[in-house]
Amino acid sequence: METITKTKLPENEVKQELKKKTTVRIQGSEAVVRSLIEEGANLIFGYPGGAIMPVYDEFYKVQDKIHHVLTRHEQGAIHAAQGFARSSGKVGVVIATSGPGATNLITGIADAQIDSTPLVCITGQVGSNLLGSDAFQETDIVSISTPVTKWNYQITKASEIPGVIAKAFYIARSGRPGPVLIDITKDAQFDEFDFSYKKCEKIRSYHPVPEMDPEKVKEAAEMINKAKKPFVVFGQGVVLAQAEEELRNLIEKADIPAASTLLGLSALPTDHNLNMGMVGMHGHYAPNVLTNECDVLIAIGMRFDDRVTGNLDTYAKQAKIIHFDIDPAEIDKNVKTDIAVLGTVKETLAELIPLIDKNKNQKWHQEFHDLRKIEYDRIIHPQTKPTQEKLTMGEVIAAVNEQTNGDAILVSDVGQNQMMTSRYGKFNITKSKITSGGLGTMGFGLPASMGAKLGRPDREVVAFIGDGGFQMTIQELGTIMQTKIPVKIVVLNNEFLGMVRQWQELFFDRRYASTVMTNPDFVKIVEGYGIKAKRVSKREDLKDAIADMIASEDAYFVEVIVEKEENVFPMIPSGASVSDVRLK
Amino acid sequence: MEKQLYTISVYTENNLGLLNRIATIFLKRHVNIESLTVSSTEIEHVSRFIIVANITEDEAKKIIKQIEKQIEVIKAFYHTNDEAIYLQSALFKVKSKLLFEKRQIQNIIKKSNARIVTVNPEFFVLEKSGRKEEIEELYDGLAEYGIMQFVRSGRISVTKEEMKITELLEKELV
Ligand SMILES: Cc1ncc(C[n+]2csc(CCOP(=O)(O)OP(=O)(O)O)c2C)c(N)n1
Ligand SMILES: [Mg+2]
Repeated sequence: METITKTKLPENEVKQELKKKTTVRIQGSEAVVRSLIEEGANLIFGYPGGAIMPVYDEFYKVQDKIHHVLTRHEQGAIHAAQGFARSSGKVGVVIATSGPGATNLITGIADAQIDSTPLVCITGQVGSNLLGSDAFQETDIVSISTPVTKWNYQITKASEIPGVIAKAFYIARSGRPGPVLIDITKDAQFDEFDFSYKKCEKIRSYHPVPEMDPEKVKEAAEMINKAKKPFVVFGQGVVLAQAEEELRNLIEKADIPAASTLLGLSALPTDHNLNMGMVGMHGHYAPNVLTNECDVLIAIGMRFDDRVTGNLDTYAKQAKIIHFDIDPAEIDKNVKTDIAVLGTVKETLAELIPLIDKNKNQKWHQEFHDLRKIEYDRIIHPQTKPTQEKLTMGEVIAAVNEQTNGDAILVSDVGQNQMMTSRYGKFNITKSKITSGGLGTMGFGLPASMGAKLGRPDREVVAFIGDGGFQMTIQELGTIMQTKIPVKIVVLNNEFLGMVRQWQELFFDRRYASTVMTNPDFVKIVEGYGIKAKRVSKREDLKDAIADMIASEDAYFVEVIVEKEENVFPMIPSGASVSDVRLK
Repeated sequence: MEKQLYTISVYTENNLGLLNRIATIFLKRHVNIESLTVSSTEIEHVSRFIIVANITEDEAKKIIKQIEKQIEVIKAFYHTNDEAIYLQSALFKVKSKLLFEKRQIQNIIKKSNARIVTVNPEFFVLEKSGRKEEIEELYDGLAEYGIMQFVRSGRISVTKEEMKITELLEKELV
């Protein structure tokens, strides 16, 4: 525990204190802390300030029950909470002060909303008598966060605290998960009331899981059984519903090729013989091209994002579409479905599997394998086993795969590093790919990797980050140092905002407007934080450096100087059809 | 798909902040709200929003789904003008002397079925409920003589078809 170490109460005294007080009146601030304990939130991320100080004072007293990780910026705290939620499957908790503390959370809240990550964000607020007076550090965070939260609420009375926190956790984790924000005025933190806690299990106006219609499942089964060229595209819904086994059983029983969205990665092992890779803008060649060849497209827990579909007018027009999802608002939002099956995919797939026959069309599989061979020869092989002088991102990721055997959690930032990690990362285990998908938030990687490691201390966590994105949240090296989080960090340094440069090369006649980066000595900076660091610029040093990094018990940093102007291919240029995916 | 006026009715918990949350759903899609009315309903603690917007049916469906996704929303529906009985109310403030000097004004008032709410030596106030066109007709009639103040409410509506809201809510409220 890093924050405060003086005059800590012995554990039994803390317990007695708590026990004694369950029947007595307590302050709102203590109620916040007790409510968090009731919800099992023993690890939270945050940053203190005036309007939340009463709650921090209570954290001081329960350091044996709640580990508060002090980050270096509220954005770092929320991305860490996202990483924690994504690796552990639990609700991430973030706490910040009013005004700038609260607004610094917004990017992470928006990110969690679009990527369906369960978070409870708690912000302090000025006293209720000052609301609306432009008081010091007053900001209307409830209004600001409304469009990017699943739910939010401002507490102005202490007695509301346990009920609202219980509701917040229930809403964040149930149904399609998402971020919620609770804003607590300072007077509500100070006021006393009689505390009792009851977990929330139901809200009368809220139906987190739509009822499954077995008729729809039957119709879907018939359509799948009749298909000659069925194709499964799965997304994060599979991970969120813990339906990895059902997905696998379905495709194995039916012998259907499957591909993942960016956030669906790792729900099915990379090496599975039916895993055809990733769809979308920088996804794999075969699943993109054959999206426009299949006759039945079975979408499972995904939302037809425009980075997946390319031009909607030419997306899978020849196919019948079956959409399995928990969120009715996703049905027909982007792609019109022929059959929609609502419910958790764990439940609906389980119902579907017994009705499914094996598909006998081996020619269909062959089509995938033929295209995969083309992609392997033209892109994957040269990028992962290059002969050119400069190192490539692909070979760095391949070197990590080799050292971890594909058992690590791979976090990525945003840009070329992200797409390369998604394309070349090897995943044997679910919840192993953590990245900012829908929002594409640069700076996500470093703090998310800290949270991912704290959420799963038993697993190796490796972050791949670009030289640009690293500098967006580089201050979190301080958190890694203070909290001693043994994450492994690989910065892929191309001295460019690489992904933007790639677009400039392809679509703006190589006019590299503001994408050249003059970078500091990253190794020196990282060493300044007391973290072991190494720079690799030659191929012969790569393997050893990665091996040392993985072998390290502590945090470890490797900067790899990579080819400056490498491009990520295949690529579906924006607005083009999935089948017009370019190999160069 | 063709745009037309849709009436969107939303039954919600009576909650602070929900107006903002529902409004952002329209704003996010760059849809202008033509009129908005929030009121209590026949059911205790349940509010109703009536929102009119000029949109396609596809947009209406998507907006309804996004509204229903909000935690405190109980149910949302959309209707075309043909499917609902709706009206708006308007108040007109006019100089009293016109009532005596301009005979035609009396005819206009009579013809429009408007009600005189109050009269005093300086001005009188007319109230007219009805469809937008009827209110506009009265407005045009009076405008040439001068209107001191004019205000029109948002649309209120009930559906022709039985909505079984009470039944639905009873089920939800258990
Ligand atoms: C916060 C934020 N600002 C801007 C962008 C736009 N953007 C997308 S990728 C990218 C370049 C990233 O450069 P770098 O971190 O060096 O990664 P590389 O692509 O070189 O691997 C930029 C600027 C973004 N995604 N997020
Ligand atoms: Mg770069």
